[in-house]
Amino acid sequence: MSSVRLLVGTRKGAFIITSDGKREDWKINGPHFAGWEMYHLKGSPADPNRIYASQSNSWFGQIIQRSNDGGQTWEPVGNKFSYDGVPGTHQWYDGTPHPWEFKRVWHLEPSLTDPDTVYAGIEDAALFRSTDGGANWTELSGLRGHGTGPHWAPGAGGMCLHTIILSPSDPQRIVIAISAAGAFRTDDGGQTWRPINQGLRSAHIPDPTAEVGHCVHHIAMHPSRPSTLYMQKHWDVMRSDNSGDTWHEVSGNLPTDFGFAIDVHAHEPETIYVVPIKSDSEHFPLDGQLRVYRSRTGGDEWEPLTRGLPQSDCYVNVLRDAMSVDTLDTCGIYFGTTGGQVYASSNAGDSWFSIARDLPPVLSVEVQTLA
Amino acid sequence: MIQHPVRVDLPAHLRTLAKITGEVSLEIKGPITQRTIIDALESRYPALSGTIRDHYTQQRRPFLRFFVCEQDISHESPDALLPEAIARGTEPFLIIGATAGG
Repeated sequence: MSSVRLLVGTRKGAFIITSDGKREDWKINGPHFAGWEMYHLKGSPADPNRIYASQSNSWFGQIIQRSNDGGQTWEPVGNKFSYDGVPGTHQWYDGTPHPWEFKRVWHLEPSLTDPDTVYAGIEDAALFRSTDGGANWTELSGLRGHGTGPHWAPGAGGMCLHTIILSPSDPQRIVIAISAAGAFRTDDGGQTWRPINQGLRSAHIPDPTAEVGHCVHHIAMHPSRPSTLYMQKHWDVMRSDNSGDTWHEVSGNLPTDFGFAIDVHAHEPETIYVVPIKSDSEHFPLDGQLRVYRSRTGGDEWEPLTRGLPQSDCYVNVLRDAMSVDTLDTCGIYFGTTGGQVYASSNAGDSWFSIARDLPPVLSVEVQTLA
Repeated sequence: MIQHPVRVDLPAHLRTLAKITGEVSLEIKGPITQRTIIDALESRYPALSGTIRDHYTQQRRPFLRFFVCEQDISHESPDALLPEAIARGTEPFLIIGATAGG
């Protein structure tokens, strides 16, 4: 019988939450790495028992952990992320040049085919790859070096590379996103890169349609349609049907188009989910009502999903990597909040229930659908 | 000259990371300094590499302190000789995490 395994990263440790395919009874295991910030955990699509985890804190820096048994045991692997060559500078908050400095790993993306190959998105923004199970890391420096890097600037949360999308149809194609630089794509396995921000409009930067400088919060893709990308930008929900060459807005009737998380239904490539957040100065839902919005039309037309979610006095946030979908027949949707709740839906969002109520602030949620 | 094991006391998180309990005892040949102690520590426990001093700058991480014989030597040269009591193992080399909370 199938089952699901959630990998939940929090401010104070990681939790592994499991259920059988009915998704009614849940078991919480953890905290793993108690007391550490766990920005992201993700399992290998090629070997679900191989899981990578990013562990860090302000005292001791960055650790990468690897499990070969589905998260029962872990071993620290390589934690040396050396920029290729002389790192150079990017823009600081005041517009002055600032040297690139490694701070932490925000996102780990295992290869679709090889459990020993994994990508890491780091702050200050760069993309690294390991081909030996995380022991050694090499920068794909064509990204920072393609030309616009010196003009990138951090968002309020730091200059992080937080989204890595590997194309299932073209192993040479990778899409990444950086706050606050924008989205970028390689079509040659990471050697050369170019910005893919045409169509984005950001009123908070000097040139609203600049080639780079956009605060992209997250991008999602359905594996059956790798050329269609959905983006939650700082403000605006966007869509591209040509792998990011051009974007158009699909915020439609959303009550606010600010937010962080965005994801796609496992079986319906035109069904997408966002969690609208009031604004960039008030990081909580509108009117204290936690609502996931679903579009079954690939954007523009949205419906609020409220059953089972708090509809009063709720002032949590849902961060960019804190939403995930399973691939069971009735698609499951999961998201975690900065209030420490993990909510689940086993009917594609029609209704929700809490599977964890009092965890530390949730940074990331990934789900594995196991045979 | 007889070399004695150097005793090192680590913060709890680093003991967990290195999968050890209690103090660490290190055999170190040559001068006993911050650098030679941490070199030996990282060699014995590779998981600690980069957690006490930065991989690239080799500088002590800002939220850590080194105490010996009731003195804070965090700002001393990493190559300065440590007191005889550390070299003889009668006092531990303390690696302390900055207190924080709230």
